[in-house]
Amino acid sequence: MSRNIKAIIKKIVSIIFCGLVYLFLFLPIAVIVVNSFNATTTKPYQTWKGFTFDWYGKLFENETLLNSFGTTMAIALISTLLSTAIGTIAAVGMYKYKFKGKNIIDGLLYIPVVIPEIVLGISLLTLFSNTHIPRGMLTLVLAHTTFSIPYVIFNVRARLSGYDNSIEEASMDLGANRIVTFKNITLPVLAPGIGGGALLAFTLSIDDVIVSYFTNGQVKTFPLKVMESIKSGVAPDVNALSALILIGTILLVILTQSDLFKKKQ
Amino acid sequence: MSEERKVIVEIKGVNKIYGKNHVVKDLDLDIYEGEFLTLLGSSGCGKTTTLRMVAGFEEPTSGTIKVENEDIHNKEPYERDVNTVFQSYALFPHMTVYDNVAYGLKMKKVKKAEIKERVTEMLDMVQLGGFEKRYPLQLSGGQKQRVAIARALINKPKVLLLDEPLGALDLKLRKQMQLELKRLQKKLNITFIYVTHDQEEALTMSDRICIMNDGVLQQVGTPSQIYESPRTRFVATFIGETNLFDGIVRAKQNGKLHINVESGDFCVPDEDFKNNEMLAVSVRPERMLYSAEPVEGFNLTGTVKDQIYVGSVLKTVVELPNGNEVKIERLAGQELPKGGMVYLHWNDGDAKLIHTFDDVFAGAVEDVVMQ
Repeated sequence: MSRNIKAIIKKIVSIIFCGLVYLFLFLPIAVIVVNSFNATTTKPYQTWKGFTFDWYGKLFENETLLNSFGTTMAIALISTLLSTAIGTIAAVGMYKYKFKGKNIIDGLLYIPVVIPEIVLGISLLTLFSNTHIPRGMLTLVLAHTTFSIPYVIFNVRARLSGYDNSIEEASMDLGANRIVTFKNITLPVLAPGIGGGALLAFTLSIDDVIVSYFTNGQVKTFPLKVMESIKSGVAPDVNALSALILIGTILLVILTQSDLFKKKQ
Repeated sequence: MSEERKVIVEIKGVNKIYGKNHVVKDLDLDIYEGEFLTLLGSSGCGKTTTLRMVAGFEEPTSGTIKVENEDIHNKEPYERDVNTVFQSYALFPHMTVYDNVAYGLKMKKVKKAEIKERVTEMLDMVQLGGFEKRYPLQLSGGQKQRVAIARALINKPKVLLLDEPLGALDLKLRKQMQLELKRLQKKLNITFIYVTHDQEEALTMSDRICIMNDGVLQQVGTPSQIYESPRTRFVATFIGETNLFDGIVRAKQNGKLHINVESGDFCVPDEDFKNNEMLAVSVRPERMLYSAEPVEGFNLTGTVKDQIYVGSVLKTVVELPNGNEVKIERLAGQELPKGGMVYLHWNDGDAKLIHTFDDVFAGAVEDVVMQ
């Protein structure tokens, strides 16, 4: 009997614990979503005054907010493209070829990852101002590409660790030249690693504040815009946009985790 | 091995050097159309490197390789009429069995209907009909091996290169695949160049065996030539078990050589050896005889150290005065008393004489060249 009771208590405790963890994780998100439907119009927009879709309407009238979101997406897309291309080539090259100082280059990769972001931001700012590159879209893209590359390399390299070089030789043996082999064999086999790296680079770029703060010039990205507006409490239209981004992210996760995608691997 | 057979692969004066490692040394080898040739040797002997040079994955440091009289030096792997079965199978993990096997034909832009027909036929031939839609991960080792073989053979290559293709399979499956490969080779009449370190596998499957050691070709011949008449010490000890005596020619008379070894002396029929020449004498355990009485022409005695009864065969170990052991295999019969003295002998022709000076000399020259 006591055994059964113990088991039941164990089960209840673990359910409560698990529930608390998830509550802790998802409550803030829920607050944002709920608040985006809040009808209040007085700062700091926190007391519940009823349900409304108004903020979603207002969001599409708030051009500076929408523009900042567009800027963020553009920077994220371009820097993801660049860092994925550079990172993949670097990872493949470092896997395939032996050269002097390879270990050092390997180790150096960790520095941009572990370095405090604020240091990276300051050093990039110094670099850009010393080389007289005007701060703006270009410097933002360069900065985001810089900090994303190591993550792409790590992801692709993880995939390469189980990679059998002889499948490329087999492809060439069967009549495919190097380019066709890369397209038919190397790329599809590495695709999960490349995709994972790209996704990571994309998310890193979208929500970056610190490095962007040092390198943006006059350009306002979405996170910078939010930071700016937070002084007067988070406006519900920002909440509305956050909720929309959330839905977009969830869709992306579902898409990448779905069986449809997995079968291709 | 008839002489009028057509040479399909001609390897001439090929060397391969990686930095300080001389992996393949002055290799000359003709491979005939339709034969099953095995490159045999322990790991690091240069056999896989030789295969990869024919496939085009490595370039010879010097020398030429010709396929059907055409120098393939400037041809990329994808331009060569040879296909390879890799040790690790190297199946494309993201493609089905069907797509794997069809890959070569797709690259050649063969029509879809013909591809389908040939893939189906090929999969049936390797007994994998019905596996078209499986992915490599869903196959057993033996099945993967069959896919790898089908994927290479479907292109009807002039030469098929196999790099230890059965190395990862368990013994029973390996034996079965050996016979199957041999059957496929005979049926399709394609030249096979097969790399292995397993001497039994080489003896079972090959038309000819090419034994390599330390980058040097030791001997090329049919399995029985290699087993019965080893040309070097290495070949004698590498293929099967043998008893080797190092000795020196003391006298020549009546068509016989009088040979002196550390533990005694004996006479063998003459071959082209000079007085005082160093040599090694190889006698297989199953050809070694013993007697309680002295035998004319032999002065070689030892004491019986051990007798092991293994079913049909009785293995006897005889210790020579210098501590060396001689292995003898007899059909089970009369046992000898342990510790008793026996006179060792053999029939004329069962002892193979091997020039040892050549081995030593070749090694010395190599050392000088490399320095």
